Amino acid sequence: MNAVPPISAASTPSGIRIFVPRDVAALAVGADEVAGAITAQAAALGAAITIVRTGSRGLFWLEPMVEVETAEGRVAYGPVQARDVPALFAAGWLTGGSHPLRIGRPEDHPFLVRQTRLTFARCGIVDPLSVDDYKAAGGYRGLAKAIEIGGAATVEAVTKSGLRGRGGAGFPTGIKWKTVRDAVSDQKYIVCNADEGDSGTFADRMILEGDPFCLIEGMTIAGLAVGATRGYIYSRSEYPHANATMRAALDIARAAGLLGRNILGSDLEFHLELRVGAGAYVCGEETALLESLEGKRGVVRAKPPLPALKGLFGRPTVVNNLLSLATIPVILDLGAQYYADFGMGRSRGTMPIQLAGNVLHGGLFETAFGMTLGEIVMEVGGGTASRRPVRAVQAGGPLGAYLPPSQFDTPYDYEAFAARDALIGHGGLVVFDDTVDMAHMARFAMEFCAEESCGKCTPCRIGSTRGAEVVDRILAGRDVAANIELLEDLCNTMKFGSLCALGGFTPYPVLSAIRHFPEDFHRGRLPAAAE
Amino acid sequence: MPILHALQETFGHVPQQAVPLLAEALNLSRADVHGIVSFYHDFRDAPAGRHVMKLCRAEACQSMGGHALAERLLHRLGLDWGGTTGDGQLTIEPVYCLGLCACAPAALIDGRPLGRLDQERLDAAVNEARNDWSRP
Repeated sequence: MNAVPPISAASTPSGIRIFVPRDVAALAVGADEVAGAITAQAAALGAAITIVRTGSRGLFWLEPMVEVETAEGRVAYGPVQARDVPALFAAGWLTGGSHPLRIGRPEDHPFLVRQTRLTFARCGIVDPLSVDDYKAAGGYRGLAKAIEIGGAATVEAVTKSGLRGRGGAGFPTGIKWKTVRDAVSDQKYIVCNADEGDSGTFADRMILEGDPFCLIEGMTIAGLAVGATRGYIYSRSEYPHANATMRAALDIARAAGLLGRNILGSDLEFHLELRVGAGAYVCGEETALLESLEGKRGVVRAKPPLPALKGLFGRPTVVNNLLSLATIPVILDLGAQYYADFGMGRSRGTMPIQLAGNVLHGGLFETAFGMTLGEIVMEVGGGTASRRPVRAVQAGGPLGAYLPPSQFDTPYDYEAFAARDALIGHGGLVVFDDTVDMAHMARFAMEFCAEESCGKCTPCRIGSTRGAEVVDRILAGRDVAANIELLEDLCNTMKFGSLCALGGFTPYPVLSAIRHFPEDFHRGRLPAAAE
Repeated sequence: MPILHALQETFGHVPQQAVPLLAEALNLSRADVHGIVSFYHDFRDAPAGRHVMKLCRAEACQSMGGHALAERLLHRLGLDWGGTTGDGQLTIEPVYCLGLCACAPAALIDGRPLGRLDQERLDAAVNEARNDWSRP
């Protein structure tokens, strides 16, 4: 965990600074009301304070987590509700006074001590819409370095860092960039996939809301590296707050000369726009995303041709996940080797893991690859929020496998997960307790695929609907053994016959549920699990 | 897409009458435009209620009892997903993930986020919306 960066207070008004998150997850549990109560109470007491709205540190069970700047550094209190504010003032929180909600210095919190924050070094610490904060905390050093060493060396650095696509496929980012760099075209594009539709994931959203300049810098470096002058961020309509922050950040960056022509005084040109989807999960698939960006139905394209050669409007295009792009600045700034020194095997660097669902300590946990699933869920996450036993963990979103506690020894690593027919995906982990009905979850996976299928290929379009029907027959206790066999066969067809990951990966949750939790599929003979 | 978002923002839905106008302006067939509008879940072909609650149905919210919570609410209101209360006050729409998975179950009501929902908090939000006659 990096230390709190010194931030120039030249432009900020006097008074003790109090940091209140504006991350939507904090808003959802009352952060705005808390900020209002702090302002009102400070006015009543005549205390000189300034409220700074930040992103979230990612300790969501402690949100709203408020930090007060004191002589010993920032001191956190949480979860704070508006009604707690008078007592916090009375306890002397402006000088770090003790109170049952006092957490202490966030950097000393075990949840953060165990982390290695590279991509999320600034999130929750800085004012997301302050370029000064961003630069004071190391921002734009990566781009300066890229300008100094040039495009070819930048691509080489990204390749050497071992960074792999954080969207789920895990394709080496440097190789993708080199393909686009070597392609000849009058126009190339950088597209950021921020269509973070997986349940249990929120890392993209946190960067959009908490450190948007990091993404802008990463995309600008990508533009420089491959010779692209235009970029698009494709975000989701389900993220109105993130989109508002990102739009504001883009305006600020344009006004500050950080987008447009002659960036940082060089001859670099890069224009960046935000586009918002309209509730179609499949648009997180890169070719459907490109279709949607072009204003069409989000229907998957057959590959080849690769988007790197024929992407947006038929031109060479880098399509990277937001987390990949937001990791570029730190790689350029601190060096490829520094990044590559973290991790295990072929999974280099760090992964922002998102702990969600029925988990005691849910939030953002960025760590080097290699911790076991059990350490993450039980030690870091603290088990379930309901305090019942963990029964299953879904890794990698709605298309990811359900893993039982007997597989908690799996190291968090692309290859180790793949060896167990599971995915890391976008880094989400959703925890379920022993009241979960896994046959219901298998049906939900099929139903979700049917709902979200773009309709282009038959295995996904028809297979998902038939799949849900077959699960219904199993649940009704009709020909259970034969229908399970049929379901497995259908899953194989979908896995190998679908054009993209939606149809291709829906079998992961279904087959893993059948394999690890067969008892839930024989409810005709067994009672439903503890419901 | 930005045009469709703007239409929905203004009218609360994408009116049928807009389709030929868009086709003409963008040099597309009416079938193309209809295809695009109907592809995306967000675009409604009829106005929603005065207030819209998007309730998350995805796995993380299910793990915290979101499924039962939603079923109970729909049953109480006598609605199906996407339905609007008889007084035109509230539409309940499904959404698959608001990125609030670490404070599940979650919902978005007129763009305002709600996390760690239980029956009491959800009912309070629903009742508030049903008694609020102002336009959000």
